[in-house]
Amino acid sequence: MSTASFQLARDAYGRLVLTSENGERHEGVTPVRAFPIAAPDEGISLISAEGHEVAWADRVADLPPAVRALVEDELASREFVPEIDRIIAVSSFACPSTWQVSTSRGACELLLKGEEDIRRLSRTQLLIADSHGVQFLVRDLNQLDRHSRKLLDRFL
Amino acid sequence: MTPRQNPEAGIEPATQLPADLSLPPHWKSEAGAQLAPGENIQAWLETDLDTRLYFAPGLIVLTERRLLARGGSELEWQSWPLAAGQRLEHHDHAGVGLLELVDERGRVAVWRYTLARNLAALRVIGEFDLHRDSCVSGQPVQRPDDSNCPKCKTPIPPGEDECPICNRESTVAPSTWTLFRLSRFARPYRWQLFMGFILTLASTAAQLVPPYLTMPLMDNVLIPFQNGQPIDWELVSMYLGGLLAAAIVAWGLGWVRTYILSLVSERIGRDLRTQTYEHLLGLSLEYFGGKRTGDLMARIGAETDRINVFLSLDLLNFATDVLMITMTAVILFTINPWLALVTLLPLPIIGWLIHTVRERLRTGFEKIDRVWAEVTNVLADTIPGIRVVKAFAQEKREGDRFRAANEHNLAMNDKLNKTWSVFTPTVTLLTEVGLLVVWIFGIWQIAKGDSTVGVLTAFLAYIGRFYTRLDSMSRIVSATQRAASSTKRIFDILDHVSSVPEPSKPVHLEKVTGQIELKKAGFRYGTRAVTKDVDLVIQPGEMIGLVGHSGSGKSTLVNLICRFYDVSEGQVLIDGVDVRSVPVAEFRSHIGLVLQEPFLFFGTIAENIAYGKPHASRAEIIAAARAAHAHEFILRLPHGYDSLVGERGQGLSGGERQRISIARALLIDPRILILDEATSAVDTETEKEIQRALDNLVKGRTTIAIAHRLSTLRKADRLVVMDRGKIVEIGNHDQLMAAEGHYHKLYMAQARNVDTEDPEPAAPNLPKTVAASA
Repeated sequence: MSTASFQLARDAYGRLVLTSENGERHEGVTPVRAFPIAAPDEGISLISAEGHEVAWADRVADLPPAVRALVEDELASREFVPEIDRIIAVSSFACPSTWQVSTSRGACELLLKGEEDIRRLSRTQLLIADSHGVQFLVRDLNQLDRHSRKLLDRFL
Repeated sequence: MTPRQNPEAGIEPATQLPADLSLPPHWKSEAGAQLAPGENIQAWLETDLDTRLYFAPGLIVLTERRLLARGGSELEWQSWPLAAGQRLEHHDHAGVGLLELVDERGRVAVWRYTLARNLAALRVIGEFDLHRDSCVSGQPVQRPDDSNCPKCKTPIPPGEDECPICNRESTVAPSTWTLFRLSRFARPYRWQLFMGFILTLASTAAQLVPPYLTMPLMDNVLIPFQNGQPIDWELVSMYLGGLLAAAIVAWGLGWVRTYILSLVSERIGRDLRTQTYEHLLGLSLEYFGGKRTGDLMARIGAETDRINVFLSLDLLNFATDVLMITMTAVILFTINPWLALVTLLPLPIIGWLIHTVRERLRTGFEKIDRVWAEVTNVLADTIPGIRVVKAFAQEKREGDRFRAANEHNLAMNDKLNKTWSVFTPTVTLLTEVGLLVVWIFGIWQIAKGDSTVGVLTAFLAYIGRFYTRLDSMSRIVSATQRAASSTKRIFDILDHVSSVPEPSKPVHLEKVTGQIELKKAGFRYGTRAVTKDVDLVIQPGEMIGLVGHSGSGKSTLVNLICRFYDVSEGQVLIDGVDVRSVPVAEFRSHIGLVLQEPFLFFGTIAENIAYGKPHASRAEIIAAARAAHAHEFILRLPHGYDSLVGERGQGLSGGERQRISIARALLIDPRILILDEATSAVDTETEKEIQRALDNLVKGRTTIAIAHRLSTLRKADRLVVMDRGKIVEIGNHDQLMAAEGHYHKLYMAQARNVDTEDPEPAAPNLPKTVAASA
């Protein structure tokens, strides 16, 4: 339904510059997904540096290829929700607890401050916030291996 | 995981730098090879992400001449000589920090890291600026005298490397032996506990006498009688008298013991509850924001009770059981070592069984606790919001939510009961088997003439008690685990260090004038920077109006000033003193707060007015009420100042409640007054009344008022306009209107709405871009 009637380019400072249909220039726009977890490919908004929405696309796929590449590139460098595929070890079952996890973004450590930082998104999906605010996603509890599930179970 | 100070740092020539400069060991050789002779590291940052946001270690090193870096997934080192026009900039979003090297022509390089490294990044930026300036000017590095924490800008005490304020977060998990931590609460009662222990010992010993007496009764009386000898009545009466005496002594001792220990455990429970609640009250609003009421209530109520029951009943029984078993074992061995050995054989097996089941049950009970909290949470969420539930006709949905939580609870219990139910019968079975073994071995020994009937009878009498003890001991497994998980949850609260801590070296404010200064104040909620770089000086007696869209950070700013939260960055000063160095209660006594939703506690109106100053005289209360224009309506109530108001102040109108809360603020006579949307919840008529009350309140005090209706801020000396966490404009009404900026826009939008009651204008100046699907 949407027609992208705006231009998007990257300037020398690495910022995205959006030129709208009526010729207005917005420097430093950021693409934002409306439903980053539930429906990442639907609803992309471009927000100006002042925090106003300057453009909207119902679907990433609807954007012209050049714009889409820029948007996806920018999103890739902003979005950081590592998906946990395996929990290797936890330092203790009481919080704060340091977890060794292997994620879609590589292996790392996360410090869980309290059980309430584990949020249940649905029956099988979990969002775990570490003490520095990085959100880790468990996309499907049942897909984890037995060991990970057992460890995780102690916190749920 | 800020870089810890390296012990080797002490060997280096003493420098003024607050940071440790030695690289982590795994980087030393690689990065060291990059340095030219005579080049020294000034600051470094270990990045942990690459540009595509995959975890990969990288390093940025700043020397006095250049910036060296190897990004996360790069193989080659890159270097940039320091030159004029270069800047290091940092941003962060969703827990990821971004560091950019920028010059006049554009972005030169970019690195990413998780916010755990933010402190090091800020240090690199600070040092970069100093050394770039020194390279450009040719002058030695001009370092400001006071070494401030790069994150929060508080001065770092000499001799310390890390900011004491920024580094107080504990990452150590409490030990699994949580139950022993209860000893802190048991300490005051150690004498009573010792007494209880002695009594336990004595009463257990008394209980062991009767089975022992069955042995001579059998061997010296009954068996000889069967063999044709007459019964020795004197002997019989002695033995039976012994039995009775032992029973009576055991009864008496048991009674005293249980009484003393129950008294102690109740007292421990009381201390635990009070201390937990008092600690909870001391925690910052941030903590309460992240917790649910139901959960906290369950912890303080039910869980302390469970610990209590554990201490007074389960632990007591367990101690008795252990003593009983030890003493019995000793007696059995003295009577007949071989038979005793056989009798005690199943003990390790039962011990092993208990141990294996323990783990499973413990996790199970912890889970059940959490599920139970979930059930109460559903109630705590729904009942206060019942009007919304009914208004949207969602009773069924809420019912389903409760049912789901309940089902979950049931499922968890079912799962646990599978293990639990097999446990007790197994112990009983082992008891029977053990008895059988003793019978077989005993009969065999009697047949061989190594033992007597009396000994076997005594053994069977002992072992009956013995195994029932093991059975009841098995109950301690679950009780201990339950109590341990409760203890853990209690200590979760007790261990939580307030994020608004009491200062270690408090500074007392003699006389507060009411000057408030915000220095580069920023606050971060989770990863979201709610306010940043707020610089503002408020003079004593000045009235400041805070203006901005909702979500622009006005309330956060007020919360920072009240010290409900502490700044993440920067400082808040009162009369030039950092608020973090003033005792919290002392600081707050200078602040009067009037909120949008006045909260009245259950009690009389007089009590509610005197909430901040419980010993206020009646005359003071009336004076405050008069000044708040509340006196007259209070007198119209049937019981005047003694009228009861409910939990949420039922029976009073919004304006009346607000005026009571204004009187409350007036009574403590604060130097600083904060009005957070004090008049927004009422109609215009009431607003006028409240406004008159407020005018009395504001006089001569530093006032910070937040209001949506800009007209209520006409009296403000200065208006501070906020947008997305930053101050965008400061000035009085006329100046800001003349400037035609943010304030002008806000004012015009309101004027339009109020004057003509226009529907929302169709936003003609909004950039037309992608048409939203209709």
